Amino acid sequence: MITKRIIPCLDVKDGRVVKGVNFKGLSDVSNPVDLADYYSKCGADELVFYDITASAEGRGIFTDILRDAASKIFIPLTVGGGINTLADFDRVLKCGADKVSVNSGSIKNPKIIEDAAKCYGSQCVVLSVDVKRVNGKFEVFSHGGRVATGIDALEWIKMGESSGAGEIVVNSIDTDGVKQGFDLEMLKAVEELVSIPVIASGGAGCIEDFVTLFREIPTIDAGLAASIFHFGEVAIRDLKENLLKNNINVRL
Amino acid sequence: MIAIVDYGVGNIFSLCSSFKYIGADIELTSDVATIKKADKVIFPGVGAFRDAQNKLRATGLDKVVIEEAKSGKPFLGICLGMQMMLTKSFEFGEFDGLNIIPGNVVSMEGVVPSDYKIPHIGWNKLIFPKNKPKSPIFRYVNEGEHVYFVHSYYCTDCAPDTIATTEYGAELTAAIARDNVFGVQFHPEKSGEVGLNILRAFNEL
Repeated sequence: MITKRIIPCLDVKDGRVVKGVNFKGLSDVSNPVDLADYYSKCGADELVFYDITASAEGRGIFTDILRDAASKIFIPLTVGGGINTLADFDRVLKCGADKVSVNSGSIKNPKIIEDAAKCYGSQCVVLSVDVKRVNGKFEVFSHGGRVATGIDALEWIKMGESSGAGEIVVNSIDTDGVKQGFDLEMLKAVEELVSIPVIASGGAGCIEDFVTLFREIPTIDAGLAASIFHFGEVAIRDLKENLLKNNINVRL
Repeated sequence: MIAIVDYGVGNIFSLCSSFKYIGADIELTSDVATIKKADKVIFPGVGAFRDAQNKLRATGLDKVVIEEAKSGKPFLGICLGMQMMLTKSFEFGEFDGLNIIPGNVVSMEGVVPSDYKIPHIGWNKLIFPKNKPKSPIFRYVNEGEHVYFVHSYYCTDCAPDTIATTEYGAELTAAIARDNVFGVQFHPEKSGEVGLNILRAFNEL
């Protein structure tokens, strides 16, 4: 049986790992390649490198880091941030990314999902969505969760699946950075909607939050988190041992 | 030297990196002479069967790949590379494979239970057939260790040559071998230390 995946996410700016709380107030954490290597050795099932650089120069530093990481770390690497065109897909795939996550880029140009899936295969295309409750509905936010789009999140996600996305990352802005657990209500709604793998993001504060996630939503595929891993609040090995004790199938 | 056949399909950065990491001498090449003089051949592949097959034929490397597999030197097909080694694929139609090992490539749809997600993405356990000795490429691997899969179609009708399976609501072929020719459905270059150990064993053949 396939295992539940634990995925640390590294937000990279100017060659360093950062993590924002509710997407604001960034603080420097560590060297991305060293941190990624450490996570891989601790049993991370996959890694996400998120490029939050705005400048062209920063983009160059990011791809250098990616190339370096992909030469030493042999688990799946997903890259996101600043993916707007097929040329962006090409740029990061050539540097060792296995999957590419699109977010704001697909809101500007939804066709990129289909184009990328045709060009590189669905397995390569991850649709990442930042979602927030607005007037009792789930709404898509762009630009790192700062800009309301007016798009219904569930309709958007369904469209992503039918356009050829291979996986969906659902990041709840409401629970992100709050460390009170994943957004089970939002994730259940998405799980009922799509048949491709769904990765939960936003809100994990402790080991128990992952146990609750996989217990409450048995079909969810993976849990993603950043700061709790970077600050050492949750050690990946402890997390996986605990999941196993709770009869949740993981790779140890 | 190990030749990694380059016919313009997929992302082979990690595959090259992983072989370099274990200290293997590799060359990513589409040059027939280089492939022929290699001690071992890697046949990668990612994406859709028909596109990859068309690209392989367009480069004229299909005949070389078949010759190399029959030459007796260690040959390893990875993911779609493995699928292309079989007789036929039924991915978006019906297409002839290279027929190096008998078998067919079919969708998981209707094979795995309906509540299982397709594609099969993630880490799953290797199971070795009880009635066969362990394949030399699994020399450094134990049954039950996890490797990373990403696929929607799988190899079937190849039981006599199956050297590993995995369980996903149904028994799926994880690896095949016949004499010097090996194929793995999973990505050894993405399967951590277990995957590197498979590449090490192949490198030592």
